[in-house]
Amino acid sequence: MQLDRTMRGKYVIAGVGHTAFGKLGLDTVTLNVQACAAALADAGVEKGAVDALFLKVPTSNREILYGQKVAEGLGIQPRWGGAWDQGGAANITLIAMAMMAIDTGQCEIALVSYADNPRSGSAAVYGRPRGNDSLYGWFSTAAGYGMIHRRHVIEHATPPEAFAAIAMAARRHGAGNPHAQLRSPLSQEAYMQSPFVVDPLRRDDCCLVSDGGAAVVVMSAERARSLRVDHAVPILGLGSGQTSWELAARETLTSTEAVRSGAIAFEMAGMQPSDIDVAQLYDCFTITPLMTLEDYGFCRKGEVADFVAGGRIEYGGDLPINTSGGLLSETGMPGMQLIIEGVRQIRGIARLQVRGANACVVSNQGGTMHTHATLILGS
Amino acid sequence: MSSDLLKADIDAINAPYWKGLMEGRLLFQRCSGGHAWLPARALCPTCLSKEWQWQAAAGNGRILSWVIYHHAYHPAFKERLPYNVALVQLEEGPRLLTNILASNDALAPDLAVRLAIDTSAAQPLATFELEDSKPPVAVSA
Repeated sequence: MQLDRTMRGKYVIAGVGHTAFGKLGLDTVTLNVQACAAALADAGVEKGAVDALFLKVPTSNREILYGQKVAEGLGIQPRWGGAWDQGGAANITLIAMAMMAIDTGQCEIALVSYADNPRSGSAAVYGRPRGNDSLYGWFSTAAGYGMIHRRHVIEHATPPEAFAAIAMAARRHGAGNPHAQLRSPLSQEAYMQSPFVVDPLRRDDCCLVSDGGAAVVVMSAERARSLRVDHAVPILGLGSGQTSWELAARETLTSTEAVRSGAIAFEMAGMQPSDIDVAQLYDCFTITPLMTLEDYGFCRKGEVADFVAGGRIEYGGDLPINTSGGLLSETGMPGMQLIIEGVRQIRGIARLQVRGANACVVSNQGGTMHTHATLILGS
Repeated sequence: MSSDLLKADIDAINAPYWKGLMEGRLLFQRCSGGHAWLPARALCPTCLSKEWQWQAAAGNGRILSWVIYHHAYHPAFKERLPYNVALVQLEEGPRLLTNILASNDALAPDLAVRLAIDTSAAQPLATFELEDSKPPVAVSA
């Protein structure tokens, strides 16, 4: 396979937008429309110029021909679009698909959006029975991550302090974010006393359940220049990976598709982990960013506990992660908020702005670590 | 409680698996290429072979990982809290999610476990007990 590295920097995120997060009492079409309108306003683009609308399916509430409903709400007639089901990896994947569609001349300006309302609607999807294994009591999204979390501890003696470090960084970064749903900082002591949900997962290992919507506008860098878009952020690298094996049939529980996905994204960007200034890592559960750091190559497998110790991943450290609070503090929305915070960091307008941030890696992940997508943004 | 939720979804492909459990046997599939797997499939997920047979597991396995539920996502499990679900690797290769019929505190990585199916249950399941907890249960092949 020959990677087309000329794609590096050829496309940009021209605008970003999001709704409030929390318990909103609104349907998902409305939330998507609000997020898209905000992203278009941020880019300074008229809705009539949009000819592609790529959506991630709302996790908690699936509808047939969903893409058409959102397009109708926006009053647009895109040539390309629809709703894509790949779990939390979908947002970055859809940005990649938008980019490829534009590159082949099929469309010019794409909206990529996601919204869901499990907080005011139904969160049953997160506690659902998992096929015939539910006869053994195998329910929920959390349990699969608990199985992986424990296997990581078994193989690498990963201490609870490493998991706490992820939760504490997210909560510290979200504490001052006026949009964040959970704004209370977390101490290591409080983490250790947090009740088990599915042991080894404690409450503070688990992301929030949230209503909200977020969207980005994708176009070519050339088009952004001709439209005089301010603060367009170049896409330097993208990659994807999927293991389709369910947990029980998977060869290893302690390595993820972040390996393949990250390698392609870094190759496309012509970068290495040491070039990254700030990272937004999908944190549905604390084990996820820990393994993503290893699998992207920020440290060796099994050495992530040392890597995250001593505040390195907090604001002011060598590699701040999830600077707006991530899924553990800002909103449990699966992933688009991380992309938006990456854009803010490269624009230089983040609330917790990393000084001289020239490169940000964003990870999206879905299923029980089934799917992964990586995005590298840079100036 | 919707008891329907806790009925196995049995179809033409997996029916022998569930029938096997009623008879006290844990069946898995093995193709002519030697690949072994669970759960039941029409084609070998490794080589897509249609040439496969059901085989009975000898019943020996080891624990790869486990979780302990402190919250019941279904009323049927409320009285069992805190209960375990473990990932067990059979000596023949396939892995399955199961319950270890032992104290949660006794669970440990790589611990040897032995198949222990309660055939008197309405729906017998492929549960396991700790290898050294009692003499091996006779499992007919």
